[in-house]
Amino acid sequence: MDIYVALKVLWWLLLGVLLMGLAIMVGMDMGVGALLRFVGKTDGERREALNIVGPHWDGNQVWFILGGGAIFAAFPTLYATSFSVFYIVMILLLFSMIMRPVAFEYRSKVATERWRTSWDWVFLISGAVPMIIYGAAFGNILEGVGFHFGWDGQYYQTESFLSYLLNPFALLCGFLSLALALYQGAAMLMIRGTDPIYSRAKKIGSLSALVAMALFVLGGVLVSGMKGYVLTSGDPAMPANPVSGQVVSQVAGAWLHNYGAHPILWAVPLIALAAMLLGSLAMRAGKAILAWWLGAVAWIGTIATAGVSMFPFLMPSSDNPNQSITVWNGTGSEYNLIWMTIFALIFVPIIISYTTWCFHVMRGKVEPPAAQDDHAY
Amino acid sequence: MDMLINPTVVELSRAQFALTALYHFLFVPLTLGLSFILATMESVYVITGKPIYKEMTQFWGKLFGINFALGVATGLTMEFEFGTNWSMYSHFVGDIFGTPLAIEGLMAFFMESTFVGVMFFGWDRLSARAHLVVTYLVALGSNLSALWILIANGFMQDPRGGTFDPNTMRMQFSSFVDLIFNPDAQAKFVHTSIAGFVTGSMFVMAISAYYLLTNKRKDIALRSFRIATVFGAISTIGVITLGDALGYIDAHAQPTKLAAMEAIWTTDPHPVSAAWNLIAFPSRSEQKNYFEISIPYVLTPLLTHSEDTVIPGIIQLEQEAKPRIANGIKAMVALKAYNEDHGNTAALATFKKYENDMGYGFLAKEFAPDQDLAKVNASNLPSVLDKTAKATIPNVWVEFWSFRLMVAAGFFMLALFAFAAYYSLKNEIEKHPLLLKVALWSLPLPWVACEFGWITAENGRQPWTVYGWLPTFVSASSHSVGYMIFSLIGFTLLYSSFIAVELYLMFKYARLGPQEQHHHQPEPQTAGGGMAGQPAFAKPSLSPKH
Repeated sequence: MDIYVALKVLWWLLLGVLLMGLAIMVGMDMGVGALLRFVGKTDGERREALNIVGPHWDGNQVWFILGGGAIFAAFPTLYATSFSVFYIVMILLLFSMIMRPVAFEYRSKVATERWRTSWDWVFLISGAVPMIIYGAAFGNILEGVGFHFGWDGQYYQTESFLSYLLNPFALLCGFLSLALALYQGAAMLMIRGTDPIYSRAKKIGSLSALVAMALFVLGGVLVSGMKGYVLTSGDPAMPANPVSGQVVSQVAGAWLHNYGAHPILWAVPLIALAAMLLGSLAMRAGKAILAWWLGAVAWIGTIATAGVSMFPFLMPSSDNPNQSITVWNGTGSEYNLIWMTIFALIFVPIIISYTTWCFHVMRGKVEPPAAQDDHAY
Repeated sequence: MDMLINPTVVELSRAQFALTALYHFLFVPLTLGLSFILATMESVYVITGKPIYKEMTQFWGKLFGINFALGVATGLTMEFEFGTNWSMYSHFVGDIFGTPLAIEGLMAFFMESTFVGVMFFGWDRLSARAHLVVTYLVALGSNLSALWILIANGFMQDPRGGTFDPNTMRMQFSSFVDLIFNPDAQAKFVHTSIAGFVTGSMFVMAISAYYLLTNKRKDIALRSFRIATVFGAISTIGVITLGDALGYIDAHAQPTKLAAMEAIWTTDPHPVSAAWNLIAFPSRSEQKNYFEISIPYVLTPLLTHSEDTVIPGIIQLEQEAKPRIANGIKAMVALKAYNEDHGNTAALATFKKYENDMGYGFLAKEFAPDQDLAKVNASNLPSVLDKTAKATIPNVWVEFWSFRLMVAAGFFMLALFAFAAYYSLKNEIEKHPLLLKVALWSLPLPWVACEFGWITAENGRQPWTVYGWLPTFVSASSHSVGYMIFSLIGFTLLYSSFIAVELYLMFKYARLGPQEQHHHQPEPQTAGGGMAGQPAFAKPSLSPKH
């Protein structure tokens, strides 16, 4: 196979890894943030919950930033177009995301109830909103997005933000994403938390996994009937230019074509569902660490399901399907992908090792901080 | 088929980017500098074993944390704003500009953010040496972050390492070495990270001066003051030296920036005696300075480090741009024809002939009838050339004055650090309350210098996002005015409330000072007990798993 084509496929896989890493690690912190008001009734309980992810949320959040940077470099046109087309939604995502680091750092610095309750609401919003938007973006992309390109590569948008924001299928995906994040957060709260946080997290988390399962099945049914996209001609080795070079048609049920061609792929959504079910059971049985890992598998399965269904599409255009952004026309140049691969091969293992070390250093149960301790979160 | 570019949307997008970047840049320099000051203090602690240095590290570390959170939060915006607001830019240079941003995440940002948690929370879980290594990794990560961001920025200032490909309609990465060893990027990285050290030093010096003036924890204040002044004096010399180098580099790479920075309208054919404007009131419309105080014989050696290099003035630069604009228009018309039919080899050949001027053709789009370069003809060409040529020059007034404010702040701080270091090393600093007061009230200066430095660099790059290749006018996303107003209002409200909270907490904790930790002591039997007597940063709430 052509090296460039191999690199394109490799970076499609790495894009998946990034989106999964982001969902698992950031989703966990978001889940804790969204659950804060429900698992913690007193200030001490809430601080305990925050300090469970306290030493790690900052590092975890870099998955989100790295996601932005890596998509920029490896899929420049996808970065350029998707973030602009979803502008209002992306801005809402940014607003809620930038409130979160501030909330972590500032909540404990003033000891009045009003101050802290206000930041608790910020945690709820900045945890739930980004996860809903994250899932909803997948939903919108599965349905096709209203944009096309001018000859010079500038995009033009033909759909209003309301249709992205208030799209029922996208919202379904958004709630699936939120449910998985709540589950992941609950698992973490069980690993390092003490009662009553432990038992409240257990209750909410095991329910969230079942809700996620139901939404996943419902979403699957809707996708199977949806108008998908088929690449009828287009050379995988083509120069990365979405303006011309491929022919795409819209066909109902097309998102199931890859499964028809390779039935083994059905394993992917089945793994997602199995992980959700087993996760719920593990949580109920009090096996928190196992439940956390099953949550990770559920995310991996869910995102892989979307990727496998759409391959080679990254963001289909409902406006001019021929200009859909695909793995073949949306990546960086061969030279760039080679350098990106070198850096990823060197640094991803390093990142994983020191992240693991940091979790190891900070392991163990967390108890509610002393009321006077303004150094803890 | 092309829609017209709305100039209002471009201006609003620029305003939003400037707002969010300047705001982000309030927090970054302090992170860059204070992280190394913390590492220095902690090194002294590990070497000497004196607990006071640990207490110092922890106290300044707390202020570091308040600042760090906002740096991270506002950095999120920057990583995504190219995509949300500069779509054409991202498409055009993402293949080369995105790479350093991605590497920054992989190599630097992950490191600093992962270890910062352990740095704050891991005091009682690590040996002193291991914790020191963690602190150094945070400092190293922050500064490596700046390196990669400025390598990306260097590409905008002086595009090296990329070539335009008519088949993908974008600049493609062609040389990693050229990208990272771009002289602009290298000089600017050192200039900027040392500016961070100056900021960190000023921060520690000014607040320590406050404790000395109010007789608070002198043991900590005197030691912190000394470390900061020595650190600051050396760093300020470095900043000025590298700033000079950067000006020298710009003289070659960005002649329009340099001419605007010095408000040079006409070329002086006698380089030896050419005058340098100390003060000027430049007028764009009349292309002259209404008023100037200038010093002869200074300009040429100052900017070019030579006696005989002629520095072109703005009027000459505009004239020199005209043939490039005319060629660029031909290049863009041919490029469009080629893109509509990839079999059109004649169009490709025409494009290749004028390729190096294509950016100037792109720039002319704004002034062509209906923004369509195909409609430029013999009769309207002179007016298009005139308008486009004028547009190649950045706003002279802004450039001239922001540069001067930055430099003035820099030299003032150099003098201040020099005096403060001198008296501090002689152990006489407490005898000079006036100097302490000046040190305290000079606290905002490094931020003034940093913000105006950003304006000098980025206003001076106009009208380009990628100098000579991609104009700002065509770089923005095609949003509606309504979208832009929504996001601008949102950012303004959010960021104003953040800064209010930030300042409130900074003042609260700086005023409270390091003493407050001792008031904590009488609560030995709280959760996780047995930690009494240790500073509160030791996190009595966290007990290791057994």
